Amino acid sequence: MNPLIPLLVVIPLAGAFLIMILGRFIRNFNKILASVVLLLLAIISFYFLFNTGDKISVYKVGGWEAVNSIPIGIYMVVDGFTAIILCIINLIGFLSVFYSISYIAKYTSEDFFYALFCLMIAGMNGVVASGDIFNIFVFLEISSISSYALVAFGVEKQQLEASFKYQVLGGLASFLILFAIGFLYWRTKTLNIADIRTVLGSGGDRKFYLMAEIMLLTGFGLKAAIMPFHAWLPDAHSSAPSPISAMLSGVLIKAVGIYVIIRLFFNMFVISEEMAVLITALGTISMVIGVFLAIGQWDIKRLLAYHSISQMGYVVMSVGIGMILMSRGIRHEVATLAVAGGIFHLINHAAFKGLLFLNAGAIEYSTGTRDLKEMGGLAKSMPVTSATSFVASLSISGIPPFNGFFSKLIIIIAAVMAHFYLLAALAGIVSIITLASFLKFQRYAFYNKEPDKEKKEIREVPFPMLFSMIVLSIICLLLSLLVFPGIRETILTPATDILTDPSKYSTYIIGL
Amino acid sequence: MKGMTTIVKQTTKLIAGMIFMYGIYVIVHGHLTPGGGFAGGVIMAGSFILLILAYGSDFLKLLKEESGTTMYENLAMIVVLFLAVSGLLIGTHVFFLNWIPKGTVGHLVSAGILPLYNIFVGIEVAASIVTIFLALIIFKEEVSK
Amino acid sequence: MIVYWLCFILFLVGLYGVITRRNLIKIAISLSIMEFSTFLFFALVGYFEGGVAPIVDPADPVKLYVDPLPQALVLTAIVIGLATTALLMAVIIRIYRKYGSLDIREIKNLRG
Repeated sequence: MNPLIPLLVVIPLAGAFLIMILGRFIRNFNKILASVVLLLLAIISFYFLFNTGDKISVYKVGGWEAVNSIPIGIYMVVDGFTAIILCIINLIGFLSVFYSISYIAKYTSEDFFYALFCLMIAGMNGVVASGDIFNIFVFLEISSISSYALVAFGVEKQQLEASFKYQVLGGLASFLILFAIGFLYWRTKTLNIADIRTVLGSGGDRKFYLMAEIMLLTGFGLKAAIMPFHAWLPDAHSSAPSPISAMLSGVLIKAVGIYVIIRLFFNMFVISEEMAVLITALGTISMVIGVFLAIGQWDIKRLLAYHSISQMGYVVMSVGIGMILMSRGIRHEVATLAVAGGIFHLINHAAFKGLLFLNAGAIEYSTGTRDLKEMGGLAKSMPVTSATSFVASLSISGIPPFNGFFSKLIIIIAAVMAHFYLLAALAGIVSIITLASFLKFQRYAFYNKEPDKEKKEIREVPFPMLFSMIVLSIICLLLSLLVFPGIRETILTPATDILTDPSKYSTYIIGL
Repeated sequence: MKGMTTIVKQTTKLIAGMIFMYGIYVIVHGHLTPGGGFAGGVIMAGSFILLILAYGSDFLKLLKEESGTTMYENLAMIVVLFLAVSGLLIGTHVFFLNWIPKGTVGHLVSAGILPLYNIFVGIEVAASIVTIFLALIIFKEEVSK
Repeated sequence: MIVYWLCFILFLVGLYGVITRRNLIKIAISLSIMEFSTFLFFALVGYFEGGVAPIVDPADPVKLYVDPLPQALVLTAIVIGLATTALLMAVIIRIYRKYGSLDIREIKNLRG
């Protein structure tokens, strides 16, 4: 029982409240403490990534042991898949906090910003590290409520309207999830994920669990912004302050949306074919319609938000292909490849979408506008921003040797090997249209001629913002190393093993 | 904001103290009867809000109140976290461990560390609800000046 | 069995309110109705025929108690619902100051 696991939740929670107490007495205390807390969390999560390997770490809160091998306490579980998502959350969180040291100086009441940010990180860490479904709901609410408040942070008209829409749809999703948890508790009389799997595995009424599955898919699909539940995403992600947009689009929709869908449908429910086909269909629709809606946008952050929907469609489609193959019980190695491609694309998307939103924030900080038609020629006056933006645009379009190419290649190869030729063709076409959209972004923002109004003095942004952008672009290059066999064995293979083996998770935890 | 009429002020003077004591009773007996930290905290906050509504306050006094209740809320939460982490240092090194000796069933001083949790969670919930109320009133006063 | 159907119908009534009402405050109240129906469902799940309230009397400790776990979960969820409603109300007040009306058809600055 590793005592570092509950510290993942306690450290940011204590940090948030300490910032509120001591922030009014000591100057600049909030920035220093937030950076230190998140750096500590990033170090702890890298320790988990390199030490977990094939075993599952279980922490029983309060010391309540299992009675007759039925778990009765609250369990916190860290396995291979969890360790990857923990690294994404804490590393991109640390870079966003460092970026916001100079960005948030424009707003008043900075204490609240850093405290809410730490609370959001605490909630997300809790969601990925918990082992029973009610704890997932409680931590999901903590991080969602913090993000509602952060979207409305600078109280302009647009931000308040975006926050209102986000809150109503997010609240709807949360109460659907609670209702589904009630349904599951009614039949299985337990809340532990491994224990529910044991009860479901011994047979039951198929139609009843179909109702719970549909409600959970709707609720978490609303949180993850899959079509047709995407209506809040363009407004919320484009009106928030830039480091918060990077966190929302790069981490939050993955940690509380896609991660929980994958965990519940692979490790808790028995995989059935109709749900797998439904998930693949939803993923394909998001992928295609997202990119078509993104082409006509002239606002940078709305463009990036629509591309988030499309790239999440890639992940869901690939995971869905894996589910279909596993439910039919054939071609297990192709299913493993598809799930591995989905998880790899998840990691990559966090890196380059975070970098793109930080770039958009840097452009807005220097020029004061977000409209593509009013900018131009920024490559000469902001060289570092333009270079990192070029790296990120090549990554998202899938150009070698950056990381986007490898993950999209794995997804297309898995689709072709499973004889889903239409999905592979759609993935390729969407990738080409993404390239076209980002070429438009690069040309209008950086390489066009400058507009002929009075020239404002456009300078490069301050050092903390540059540091975060440069580190993220180096990570974009380094992540393409995950394809090589030595590194892949330590990081990606434990995650796919936990997911594609139907009862490894539950038998291990029940046996403890 | 203006206060209310004399009848309301006299009634509130008599009742507010009793509501506060009832809230404390619900919090402290949380391990014997239904209630506990959350419900008792809300009742305690109710007595404060009743006093503010009946007597009225001017704007600067409300600002000073708000900084006070925010400080109570954060301090109580830090103490709850400290109690939870203290399980890691004593005994079998488990988070959230109940390490104070449990007495007999049914007495007031029993059940280990649970009454301490109830008390501090109750203070925190009461401070939070009064802070929410004060924040909304301050916004209305600030805009209508 | 009829009781669980009534909880679900209350959930759908709240959902109808969120979709079709035009006043912002009525949308917030409908969201609260949805959440209360969920709490009711949760508390009813733990009921047995002939069970008593789960408070241990030291003189007679062995009886048939109803399930106390859903009651603890509902207490947590009520506090979460309070926080959600409080934040929604704060945002609605600020929207009223900026836009000047509480009608949701007037609030469409973001489009496309």
